[in-house]
Amino acid sequence: MRGLIGEDILTEEGEFIINMGPQHPSTHGVLHLKIWLDGETVKRIQPHLGYIHRSIEKMSESLSYRNFIFATSRMDYLAAHVNNEACALTVEKGLQLEVPQRAKVIRTILSELTRLQSHQLWWGCTGLDLGGVTPFFYAFREREAIMEIFEETCGARLTQNYMVPGGIMYDVHPNFQKRVKDVMIQIKGKFEEYDNIMTGNVILENRLKGVGYLSKEDALSYGVTGPTARASGLSCDLRKSNPYSAYDQVQFDEILDTGGDCYARYMVRMREMRQSVSIIEQLIDNIPEGDFQAKTKNVIKLPKGEFYQRVETPRGELGVFIVSDGAASPYRIKYRSPGFSNLSALPIMAKGGKIGDLVAIMATIDLVIPDIDR
Amino acid sequence: MSTEDLKNSITAILPSSTFDETGEFLNVVITSEELLPLMNTLRTKSEFDFDFLFCLTCIDWKDHFMMVYHLLSKTHQHTLVIKAKIADRNNAQIETVCNIWRTAELHEREVFDLFGVKFINHPDLRRLFLSDDWVGHPLRKDYTDENMISL
Repeated sequence: MRGLIGEDILTEEGEFIINMGPQHPSTHGVLHLKIWLDGETVKRIQPHLGYIHRSIEKMSESLSYRNFIFATSRMDYLAAHVNNEACALTVEKGLQLEVPQRAKVIRTILSELTRLQSHQLWWGCTGLDLGGVTPFFYAFREREAIMEIFEETCGARLTQNYMVPGGIMYDVHPNFQKRVKDVMIQIKGKFEEYDNIMTGNVILENRLKGVGYLSKEDALSYGVTGPTARASGLSCDLRKSNPYSAYDQVQFDEILDTGGDCYARYMVRMREMRQSVSIIEQLIDNIPEGDFQAKTKNVIKLPKGEFYQRVETPRGELGVFIVSDGAASPYRIKYRSPGFSNLSALPIMAKGGKIGDLVAIMATIDLVIPDIDR
Repeated sequence: MSTEDLKNSITAILPSSTFDETGEFLNVVITSEELLPLMNTLRTKSEFDFDFLFCLTCIDWKDHFMMVYHLLSKTHQHTLVIKAKIADRNNAQIETVCNIWRTAELHEREVFDLFGVKFINHPDLRRLFLSDDWVGHPLRKDYTDENMISL
């Protein structure tokens, strides 16, 4: 019997090697985990990556500063707005360009809508992974309303390509404000329903409580960010510590939990959704009039140097590092994607646990594979 | 610690280091041999306490490689960029920092895969994204492939 090519499926210590993925439904994409098992207990995990590696970094080296942004919509496909925003902010940093206030506020609203729909999809999929089908349909009901706003605003639902250097590509649809307000009222009324069906559910609590513990020290050492790290008590919300766009104009709480287990991660995301609604409500009536895009040259050339921008995506810290040699396309570009670092902590979170709990841990890390592979 | 204080403290530890302040962060340029002792000091000494390595990457400058480490201290909230120059491009190697920050393990495997930089004492140095029989390292500037098209 064979595990990976040329390897025995049973080790000398009597451990059983199995391959989970790349087509396992709970990996939400093509993640391949090689797992060493002693009975049902996970002894060791090795992630095998690269099934959808497109080398976006290499492609960007031959694209212009306007075009490379569009490739990033294909990284974390649940947070295309935030990825685009991160790149636009980096280019603006290089150009020392001041973005109009209107664009900043619209960017922030769209980023928070992105966070909301991403967390809703995560919530539905977590239910699905843990054996409950109903939450998936509940989550998609509200998510669809947000996707329709995206569709009306930028003509696309997933790969939006709406944030460009200087601001946003074109002004929002006249219906934008009314529609967002309606959707916020709709979603606020549903949070209680979410809690009733999932949060207080005894099966869910048994599956998540005390499972997949990650300490604060490990989270920091493994570079874990986003809700996964905040559930371990690590304060890392860049919207608070390094505010960008219009985050310095709104009041919101950084959600922290000290549990460090799957349940804490679940609760952090549930509470973050309410904060996102609050941020959107503060901004939606205060979109300033004026330009939606600053003037830029047709061909953007960044001055020689290095530019780094960190933004908070629904999954954690996305870093965009551009090295410019003064030409019309980046000399080197690096994406520090949140999922990549979060995944590196999966082996220690799952070690010693049962293989059934691995699915719960993967669900609460909220992995998006194209974001990891890039 | 302010930028000025950081500069003075690092000069005291490593007099040969040079600084670059043109960008957003303070850049410290060192050679690849000097990396590990400096990184150990930056992590362990309480006045630095750089506990978060938020980015690790490499740049191919055609005649040499430049390893770039973005460091942040959660306690002091100061940021620092360490750049280690690898002069020998044909036999590029540098000490691993994954015993100091665990996140470096996967990031260094990515750099090994795409740039071909070897990390000394790395526990599991294998290709990360590409298959084991892949020839060459795609993010090197001189990499060519018959299927590559120019956009």
